Amino acid sequence: MTSWLTPLIILIVLLLLGAWSIWLERRVLALWQDRLGPNRVGPFGLLQVVADMIKIFTKEDWVPPFADKVLFIISPMIVMIMTLLGFAIIPFAPNIQIAQFDHALLFLLAISSLSVYSIMLAGFSSNSKYALLGAMRTAAQMISYEVFMGLALMGVVILADDFSLSAIVAAQADVWFICYQPLGFVLFFIAGIAEIHRAPFDLPEAETEIVAGFHTEYSSMKFGMFFIGEYLGVILISSLITTLYFGGWQGPFLPPLLWFILKTGFFILFFILLRAAIPRPRYDQLMVFAWYILLPLSLLNLLVTGAVKLSLLG
Amino acid sequence: MTAENNNKITDELIAQIPELFKQFNKEHFAAQTTCDDIVTLWVSSKRIIAILSFMKSITDPFDMLYDLYAVDERLRLDKNQYPILDFTVVYQLLSINRNKHIRFKVALDETPLEIATITHLFKNANWYEREAWDLFGITFIDHPLLTRILLPPTFKGHPLRKEFPGRATENDPFTLDEQKLQKEQQALKFIPEQWGMKKSNDDNDYMFLNLGPNHPSVHGVFRIALQLDGERVIDAVPDIGFHHRGAEKIAERQTWHGFIPYTDRIDYLGGVMNNFPYILAIEKLAGIEVSERVKCIRVMLSECFRILSHMLFFGTFAQDIGQLSPIFYLFIDREKLFAIIEAITGARMHPSWFRIGGLAQDLPQGWDKMMLEFTDYFPNKLDEYEVMVMQNSIIKIRSIGIGQYTKQQAIDWGVTGPGLRATGCDYDLRKVSPYSGYENYDFTVPLDDQGDAYARCKLRVEEMRQSIRIIKQCIKHMPQGPYKAEHPCTTPPMNNLSKNDIETQIQHFLNTSWGAVMPNGESSFAVEATKGINSYSIISDGTSSSYRTRIRTPSFPHLQMIPEISKGLMLADLIVIIASIDFVMADVDR
Repeated sequence: MTSWLTPLIILIVLLLLGAWSIWLERRVLALWQDRLGPNRVGPFGLLQVVADMIKIFTKEDWVPPFADKVLFIISPMIVMIMTLLGFAIIPFAPNIQIAQFDHALLFLLAISSLSVYSIMLAGFSSNSKYALLGAMRTAAQMISYEVFMGLALMGVVILADDFSLSAIVAAQADVWFICYQPLGFVLFFIAGIAEIHRAPFDLPEAETEIVAGFHTEYSSMKFGMFFIGEYLGVILISSLITTLYFGGWQGPFLPPLLWFILKTGFFILFFILLRAAIPRPRYDQLMVFAWYILLPLSLLNLLVTGAVKLSLLG
Repeated sequence: MTAENNNKITDELIAQIPELFKQFNKEHFAAQTTCDDIVTLWVSSKRIIAILSFMKSITDPFDMLYDLYAVDERLRLDKNQYPILDFTVVYQLLSINRNKHIRFKVALDETPLEIATITHLFKNANWYEREAWDLFGITFIDHPLLTRILLPPTFKGHPLRKEFPGRATENDPFTLDEQKLQKEQQALKFIPEQWGMKKSNDDNDYMFLNLGPNHPSVHGVFRIALQLDGERVIDAVPDIGFHHRGAEKIAERQTWHGFIPYTDRIDYLGGVMNNFPYILAIEKLAGIEVSERVKCIRVMLSECFRILSHMLFFGTFAQDIGQLSPIFYLFIDREKLFAIIEAITGARMHPSWFRIGGLAQDLPQGWDKMMLEFTDYFPNKLDEYEVMVMQNSIIKIRSIGIGQYTKQQAIDWGVTGPGLRATGCDYDLRKVSPYSGYENYDFTVPLDDQGDAYARCKLRVEEMRQSIRIIKQCIKHMPQGPYKAEHPCTTPPMNNLSKNDIETQIQHFLNTSWGAVMPNGESSFAVEATKGINSYSIISDGTSSSYRTRIRTPSFPHLQMIPEISKGLMLADLIVIIASIDFVMADVDR
């Protein structure tokens, strides 16, 4: 495989997967909710995504007259680009990885911070009250949850002694990090949900409260980009969990790529299950939860991990 | 009955409320006999304030303004009987402690058509007086803001006046050009100053958010203008009327029988529960006695609709807090019950199945098997859902202590039904003044003393269980008997009789072509409906349609108290409060 072909294939596969996971979510949610879900277009409704894409591309690309036009158009692009960039560092299998560099994890944190801009700018540029409320919620939520997301990750870094994801995977050859870092995993998982604002942390777009939050004014493909961005986010966080805590592509008998897909798929399903099961906390309760409970816990996790590691090194 | 006898204050009447006649000379009153046994007194507009505030101050006070409405008396046929002038304002008070209603009527001249406001005595009088102004043009002097409430601000005329046409065909065709559209749009703009709101405090500006009329969680077309500081609600102004269809006006043009389907659509989740008070009020007026079988079937069907309505409430309550799944489970179970309703009545949500003097049909064969299947199936499911929703810790932190009010607050605002019982007030009409044989059933009235959103939801879940209990007893003890009374006013009459003799055939012909003629008089009936107390007050002039039908719906006063219980909370809490009230906009706007 030539080097320029790999990223292209990964990009296309990811975009397809992003769209396809919308179908997956709808079908699986329906299964858990005693419904059928989309089952008309193609076998098992698999081509629903295609129909949706045709619809969303042919819709009028409308920018509200009261919006800040430039920012309004740029915002959905940011979320797509940032999430896709995040995939650049993921080792899908031993030699399927776009970019291999030493400080990959820091790069990832930077990327996820940047994607906050997308939502904030979308909210502010829409010049609509619901969008503004959504943007305010996002800003507060993401900034708080990013703090301990980084801290939770540091536990893994201490164990692997490296910021590079390939090294982290390699360090898990014998034991997966979930065994050493159960708390760190839970913390990262919660932060991950908040980061991609999925239920139950979907406050920025809580439809029963603020209609559609930051993307209230969006339509056609610009809305579609937010939508696919969200699902790409789910895949990204799931693959990160796999990579950081569950040994990445490693596993017996099956080929590495399949292991990676299986593990990631499991977490994607778990994200969907959460959405089906859990109601939404209030905005201030979410903040209290982050700063009073999760932050001290992640500091504790870091402290204990560091102490144990130092004492073992002796 | 002569007019003199009618208006005299008898000793019997005095014995009913001795306090009142001790305080005021009985010369100031004129009595009216009504079919519903509610003490009805005519008083002059000068004394009404003093009387009402006295009634509120006595021991076991009449402290709930149950209803306030007006009547246009200008076309009344039997004007001579009462001290009637051009318009009448009716104040109906309820004493929870005494379980008693009292009705005061004030006759008003057309010029000047005005009366002093009672908003300083009863908080919930505000909307009722606005409604009376909106629909009749009666000015309430010193009312804080007497504006249109059910009709758009640009509306011309007062539709419940008798001269206002009752059919759209009597007007020119409706058009909406660009200019008119702009005018209507402008009229809907929320002006904070009008409601005494400041636009900013010392530090920053407030945001005024227009929540609704199209919003995912306002359950219909309900608009609340919010004054927000960040996400904190400083003040709220509920705006209703988007679902107004003029049901009370329609009642004046339809026959008594022909109005039944319209009642179904008042609380559109209540189905036959809406027929209930209307039918019972008419039966009281006409003196129709129905068989035990009819009573039992009516109770059974009404309890089915209570469950159906509470199911939807339960699902949407969870959904509004962000739990997506329960609503689907409950909708599936609702379908099961709707299938039974359909098998019995032929329709699902709006069967319009009760008739004056009976029911549309008898129960079909095999109804009990279907019903038993459901009553065995549903309680287990309900337990499951209760664990899923009520024991969920996020639901708990979102709803415990939210939208809390006390028993006194509830009475001040005219709250009835589960919203009242959640404050610890044991007032369920099925127990305290049983109708249609409710006294024969063994069930308990769930109570709670927290008065918050969580309590209101928990109580409704328990009510579903009690309804199942009642339905089981109905199945077990369903009496035999006719499904219609043999009374001339029964509509449509039993046709087996009309095939045999000419008298009943004439009756049948008249009843089905012109509609049955109800005797002259006034009647009302209140039932414990799905959302609170629903009552119909009807005035008959001895014709084939009502002179005035007043529909007192529970949701109307419930919405009025939203600002009081949501001040200082977050936007997300307001959604929980709205969900926990369980209202239907058609029930509010009629």
